[in-house]
Amino acid sequence: MTTTRRALLGAAITAPALVQAQTQARLLIIGGGFGGATAANFARRTYPWLQVTLVEPKTSFVTCPYGNLVLGGFRQIADITHSYDGLRARGVTVVHDWATGIDANARSVRLQGGQSLGYDRLILSPGIALRWGAIEGYDEAAAQTMPHAWVPGDGAQTLLLRRQLEAMPDGGVVGLAIPGNPFRCPPGPYERISMIAAYLKRHKPRSKILALDAKEAFSKQGLFQDAWAALYPGMIEWVPASRDGRVVRVDPRAMEFETEFGTRHKLDVANVIPPQSAARIAADVGLTDNSGWVPVNPVTFEARAAANIHVVGDANIPGPMPKSGFVANTTAKQAVAAAAAALRGEAAPEAVYFNTCYSHVGDDYGISVVGVFRPNAEATAIVEVPNSGGVSPRGNLPDQRRLEATYADSWYASITQDMFG
Amino acid sequence: MRLFIPAIAALVLAAPAWAQNAPLAAQACLSCHGANGAGQGGVPGLAGRDRAELVALMAAFRANERPATIMGRITRGYSEAEIAASAEYFSRQGR
Ligand SMILES: Cc1cc2nc3c(=O)[nH]c(=O)nc-3n(C[C@H](O)[C@H](O)[C@H](O)COP(=O)(O)OP(=O)(O)OC[C@H]3O[C@@H](n4cnc5c(N)ncnc54)[C@H](O)[C@@H]3O)c2cc1C
Repeated sequence: MTTTRRALLGAAITAPALVQAQTQARLLIIGGGFGGATAANFARRTYPWLQVTLVEPKTSFVTCPYGNLVLGGFRQIADITHSYDGLRARGVTVVHDWATGIDANARSVRLQGGQSLGYDRLILSPGIALRWGAIEGYDEAAAQTMPHAWVPGDGAQTLLLRRQLEAMPDGGVVGLAIPGNPFRCPPGPYERISMIAAYLKRHKPRSKILALDAKEAFSKQGLFQDAWAALYPGMIEWVPASRDGRVVRVDPRAMEFETEFGTRHKLDVANVIPPQSAARIAADVGLTDNSGWVPVNPVTFEARAAANIHVVGDANIPGPMPKSGFVANTTAKQAVAAAAAALRGEAAPEAVYFNTCYSHVGDDYGISVVGVFRPNAEATAIVEVPNSGGVSPRGNLPDQRRLEATYADSWYASITQDMFG
Repeated sequence: MRLFIPAIAALVLAAPAWAQNAPLAAQACLSCHGANGAGQGGVPGLAGRDRAELVALMAAFRANERPATIMGRITRGYSEAEIAASAEYFSRQGR
């Protein structure tokens, strides 16, 4: 469809006198990231009778995905920064503000700027909060010395980590502190290790990476470790919790990590990926449980604590699905479809959820994990479809790796178009 | 612009935009194969391909009868009905 025709269609549909839409229902979306931007775009494309408003404080969105490629020198921040103009052109009202409160009975959301917005259905996709202080000494001030680069904000954290890598002497040590489950993007820390290694191999080949992990095992582990041995021999040391890998304290002045059993590691560059929870707004309005995340209905994604509020993306408890951008995308569409059905007095559509997480581990070297998921028969939980999904095959398979690196790039282009285009 | 509005309103009523949208089961395809399955970079297009050809291709991926980078892992998660509905949708999209 041409832009002109799309713009005219949008105008025609939103003019209530011209088209008698089924309803003039208001869909309000909080958070303009993977879940929220997908929801807004999908809602406008699929249910033109919905009035869609998106609340997001930032005026452009820097993706976490492909941030690791910025660290490796394969991308610039501008390549992973997206504007909200495409959503506006689709007829989404974009409000750049923070949501500070939700009144579920009155169906209204309070904004920091003082305004209140009413809704018929609310989609909440606010992402994660970093649990400052969960690792002793790791607070917002410490993150200026030991970046997390796990919530990209305006890109400053990723750029800080990149500059530190550039400034580090050859022969230096890059330390990573990696959290236990669950956390945003299970393969993300290991893709990051790989991309940092790719940079060091080229520019500072005598350097080392020390990855201290609070877990015993990780996503696509065999594939990552095969690639590290082949591409970066001797450069990467990964230490699981059972070998004293859990970082419990950091000292930004001394540039040290301290582990559970008191070992101190002196570092040249320190990346702390701290433990996480659902973003603050979800906890403030009482949607989280003791875990710090939001339990949801596996078909509609309504919060267990509040029907009518659909919580998608990393903030929820997604059963066996990972906290990924792809899962945020696929579940946001189901949540919007369920919301639209409810507004029309219909049952929620049958659900199928999909995930692929690609990781770049070197030049022309990509690996993936795939999962297809559905609600169980009782609709009480989400389960993975048996005999489907899984990780890339192991072995010396250069064609497979090259293709998967290409597919990863296509994924990034397609999903960001699906969100913002 | 005012002149155009009645024509467009009629068009909207006759062929609602939402009828042209991908079924939910096919939505995930778009996240790699591009908008309407038009193709994206190294990922081939699905738009405008013959429905029966697409169904046969997916069946071959599912049965491991065709070498796959990732489509075997994907297609084994979907029902025949979902694959048929998706193939139907993509076959109707312009290339
Ligand atoms: C290094 C890294 C690499 C990754 N790579 C991949 C990958 O390759 N593939 C993949 O699928 N996933 C990847 N991910 C995971 C992916 O980034 C997340 O799963 C995804 O961003 C989750 O979407 P979301 O909508 O929950 O949160 P986000 O995308 O973070 O969006 C949340 C938005 O909500 C806004 N917000 C928060 N609170 C409020 C409020 N009170 N009011 C208004 N707005 C608010 C925020 O400003 C933000 O823009 C990666 C993550 C990292 C860290």
